[in-house]
Amino acid sequence: MTTVILGLSRYVLAFFFALYTLHCFLGFSSGNEEERRGTAILQALFLILIHTGGFTVLYFKTGDPEVLFFCALQEVLFIGYMVLMRILYPGCSRLLINNMCLFLALGFVMLNRLSPGDHLRQFVIAVFSLIITLPLPYLTGRIKELWRYTYAFGISGIVLILLVAVLGQVTRGSRLSISIAGVSFQASEFVKILFILFLSGILSEDCFFGDSRKDRELRSINAVISGIFALAYVSIMVLSRDLGGAAIFFMIYVFMLYFALKKPWILPAAAVAGAVGVFLAYKLFPHVRNRFLAWRDPFSYIEGQGYQITQSLFAIGTGSWFGMGLNDGSPDKIPIVTRDFIFSAIAEELGCIFAVCLILVCISTFLMFINAAMAGTDPFFRLLALGISVSYAFQVFLNIGGVTKFIPLTGVTLPLVSYGGSSLLSTALMFAIIQGITAREGML
Amino acid sequence: MKKDRIKEKSPNHELHIIMYLFVTVFLVITVFFSAYVYLYAPKTINSSYNMRQQNLERKVIRGTIYSSDGEILAEQAMNHDNVEVRYYPYKEMFAHAVGYSTRGKCGAEYAGNIDLLTSNAPVNERLQHEMAGERNYGDSIITTYDTALQKTAYDALGAYKGAIIVIEVKTGRILAMVSKPDFDPNTVSENWAEISADTENSPLVNRATQGLYPPGSTFKTVTLLEYIRENPGTYNDYSFNCKGSYTYGDTRINCFHSSVHGKVDLLEAYEKSCNSAFANIGTLIDPDSLNKTAGELLFNKELPFDISSGKSSFVLNSGSGEEEIVQSAIGQGNTLMSPAHMALITCAIANKGVLMKPYEIERVENYRGTVIKEFSPEEYKRLMSEEEAEILKEYMTDVVENGTGRKLKDLPFGAAGKTGSAEYGTIKGNSHSWFTGFSNPEDPDISVTIIMEGAGSGSDYAVPMARRIFEARGSR
Repeated sequence: MTTVILGLSRYVLAFFFALYTLHCFLGFSSGNEEERRGTAILQALFLILIHTGGFTVLYFKTGDPEVLFFCALQEVLFIGYMVLMRILYPGCSRLLINNMCLFLALGFVMLNRLSPGDHLRQFVIAVFSLIITLPLPYLTGRIKELWRYTYAFGISGIVLILLVAVLGQVTRGSRLSISIAGVSFQASEFVKILFILFLSGILSEDCFFGDSRKDRELRSINAVISGIFALAYVSIMVLSRDLGGAAIFFMIYVFMLYFALKKPWILPAAAVAGAVGVFLAYKLFPHVRNRFLAWRDPFSYIEGQGYQITQSLFAIGTGSWFGMGLNDGSPDKIPIVTRDFIFSAIAEELGCIFAVCLILVCISTFLMFINAAMAGTDPFFRLLALGISVSYAFQVFLNIGGVTKFIPLTGVTLPLVSYGGSSLLSTALMFAIIQGITAREGML
Repeated sequence: MKKDRIKEKSPNHELHIIMYLFVTVFLVITVFFSAYVYLYAPKTINSSYNMRQQNLERKVIRGTIYSSDGEILAEQAMNHDNVEVRYYPYKEMFAHAVGYSTRGKCGAEYAGNIDLLTSNAPVNERLQHEMAGERNYGDSIITTYDTALQKTAYDALGAYKGAIIVIEVKTGRILAMVSKPDFDPNTVSENWAEISADTENSPLVNRATQGLYPPGSTFKTVTLLEYIRENPGTYNDYSFNCKGSYTYGDTRINCFHSSVHGKVDLLEAYEKSCNSAFANIGTLIDPDSLNKTAGELLFNKELPFDISSGKSSFVLNSGSGEEEIVQSAIGQGNTLMSPAHMALITCAIANKGVLMKPYEIERVENYRGTVIKEFSPEEYKRLMSEEEAEILKEYMTDVVENGTGRKLKDLPFGAAGKTGSAEYGTIKGNSHSWFTGFSNPEDPDISVTIIMEGAGSGSDYAVPMARRIFEARGSR
C-alpha cells in the first residue's frame, strides 16, 4: 500500500494542484455569493489535500511521526485562519486567503523535506505573522488619518535602510540585514511597504484630481519630490548591493507615478532609465558582471559563478514534467535552495506541471491584488493596492525568472514559499492590507 | 462629441495596461520555462556535472543499445553473482563507438544517455511499476553502426594503433568507428586503474575523434583548394619541375622516398602527392587566406559530433617563417587534425560541398520497439562551393585512377581519395599511414578515413585496408 501511495503521489499531487489552480480562475468569473463560497471551500479542500499528500509522502520516506504532527498543526493553522478571517471580515477575499495558505503550505512541505530546522522556524514565524496581521485589515480601512503621515513614512524608510547599509551584517556580499535582540531583520522587506505608503500619500493629494493651474504646479512639485525620494531609496539599495531590491523599488515608483499622472510617456521613459541603470550597474560592479556572465553562459563558469544556475537547470530538467517525487531528487545540491531556489526544488521533486501551476497561482494572486486597486474608490487605497501588486508581481518575476535563467539571478525570495522570516512577515502584511482594502470596499 | 469620448478614458485605463503588461510577462516566462523542459533540458542534463543522473538510474533500468542491423551492442544483464551489470556482447570491437556508462559516460552511451534513462513504456505499465516501487524499462537507442562494416574495419586495422571512421556521405550516418588500442567495456570499471594509467597506449582515447595527428599529404587537398581559389581560371596552367626536393630559404623539402617526379602540372602533383610541387605552391599562396580556408573547413573549430571530439589546429599566418610556410603546405609543420575531421572534409567534397551533420543515433524506441523519436539527416554547413567540390572530386578520383591510390582502381563501383604519409617525431622516416576517400564517385556512397600510427606510406598500408571496407559495403 505504501509503495502504491508513493508511486502515484507525484501524479496525484500535480492533479490536485491543477484543480486548485483551475478554481483560482473560476473564482473570478463565478457570480453569486453561494457559488463563490462553494468555489472557495472546494479550493480549500484541494489545498488541504495537497498539503496532507505532501506530508504523507514525507512521513513514509522518513518514518518520522513528527512530520504528521506538524502536518496536523499546520492544517489547524490554515483552517483556523480561514474561518477567523471570514468571521472578522465578511467582505474579505476567500480566494486570496486560500492562495496565502497555499503558498505557505508548499513552503512547509518543501522546507520539511529540505531542512527541518528552517521548517520549524518558518512555521513559528508564520503563526506569529498570521496572528499579528489579523487586525490589520480592520486598521487599514479605519485609521485613515494615520496613513496621511506621508513624509513620516518616506523619511523613516530611508533612515531604516541607511542604518542597515551602515551597520548591517554582510551576507553573501550584500549588506541587507540587521540584528535586534538576536533576531535578524531584512529591513528592505519592510521598508518596501513604507515606501509604498509614502508614494500612495504623496501621489493621491487633491492636486492630482483638479485641473487648475495651481493644481498642475503642485502636481509637478509632488512628482519631483516623490522622484527625489525614489532616487534616494534606489541609490541606497544599490549601494548596499541589493540590486533585486533596488529594481523592485524602481518598478513600484514607475508604475505608481504612471497611475497617478496618467501620462503614457512615463513607461518608455522608465524603460530607458532602467536600461541605463542596468548598464551602469554592469559597468560599475564586478558582482553584477559576474551574474550577467553566469546568466549568458552558465556552463562555461560551471565551477564558479555559474554553479547555482546550472544546478537549478539540472534540477528542473531532471525533474521534468512530473518530478522525481518528494525526497527522491537532489534539490539540496543547489546552494541557498530554501531561500532563492525553492521554485527549482519544487520543479525537481513535484514536477514542472506543478511548477507551472504555481506560476499561474502567482498570476491569480497578482490579479486579485490589482483588482483591489481597480474596484477601490479612494485614490489613496487604489495607489496602495497598485504599489503592493507591482511589488509582489515584480518580485515573483525576479525570482522565477532568475532560477529558470530567463533573466540574471538577483537573489530575491519567492514570497511566502521561500524560507525567510522578514520576507514572510512583510508579505503577510501586504496580503492583510489588500484584504483590508477589499473588505472596505466590500467586494469579491 | 466623438473627440470627447476618446478623451474620456476609464479611470482604470492605466491599471489595465499594468495588468496586461505583467500577465504577459508571466505567460512569456511560463512558455520559456516549458520550452526549456521540453526542448533543451534533455541535452542540458546530459552533463557530467549533473549528479542527478544517479537519481534517474534509481528509477529506470538503463535501456538497450542496438546496431542499425538489429544486434544488441549493450544491455543490462545479471552476472554470475546475480548482480546487475552492463553487458557488451561485442566486447572490444565497439569499445569506443558504444563506449561505457560506469566511469563517466562516453560514446553512444553518452550521446544517448538521457534517452536510455527515460522510460516511454506504455503508461499503464509504468504506473504499475511505480505503484509496485519497481524500476521502469528505459528506452532503447538504435545506432547507425553496421556490425558487418565495424567487424571488417576492426579486423582490418589488426594489431596497428590507429583509427578508422566510415560515414555515409549523403546522410552523415556514422557506419563504423574503430580505435586501437582498445579495452573491454565489460571490465573497464574493474580494470580502471590499470587502463587509465596506461599512458603509452592510451586505450581510453577514441583516436577517431579525439586523436590529433599531423595530416601529411592528405592536407594537400586543402592547399589545392586554396590554390584553385586564388587562381580560378589559370590553375590548370601550373607547372613544376620536380627534382626530388625543393628548397625555400634554408628549408629543404624532400619528396617521399626522394622520388623524382619530373615536370608535373597541378593534377599530376596532386595524384603523385609531390611534396616539392606543393611546397612550391605553398610559397605562391597567401598564408592568411589559406588560414581562412582551413577555418572554413573546420580547423580550430569544434566539430559537429555528439560525442567528444578534439579540435584540429592550423596556425599558419602571414607572420609565419619560411619553414612553416612550406611545411604547412604539405601537411607537416604545426598542423594537427583528427581522423574524424578529415572524414568530414571528404564527406563534404563527396556531397557537393555540403557537410551533413554526423550522427550515431538513428532512432529511439521504447523497450517494446515502439518508435519514440527518429533522427533524420540534417545539413550542418556548406564547406565549399559545389564547383569547388566537383573539381576536388575529380582530383581525388584521379588519385585512384593514376596516382597513389591505384590499389583501389579496379573496384566495380569506383573510388576516389587521397593518401598521406605523415612524418612524426624526430626520427626521419617514421610516418603515419593515412587514407581518406569515398566510394562510387558518380553517386558517392560512403567515406572511409584511416590512420595507422607509424605504419609507413599511405598507399602501401592504408589503401588496401580501405579497399576491404569498400568491398564489404559493396555497391549500393
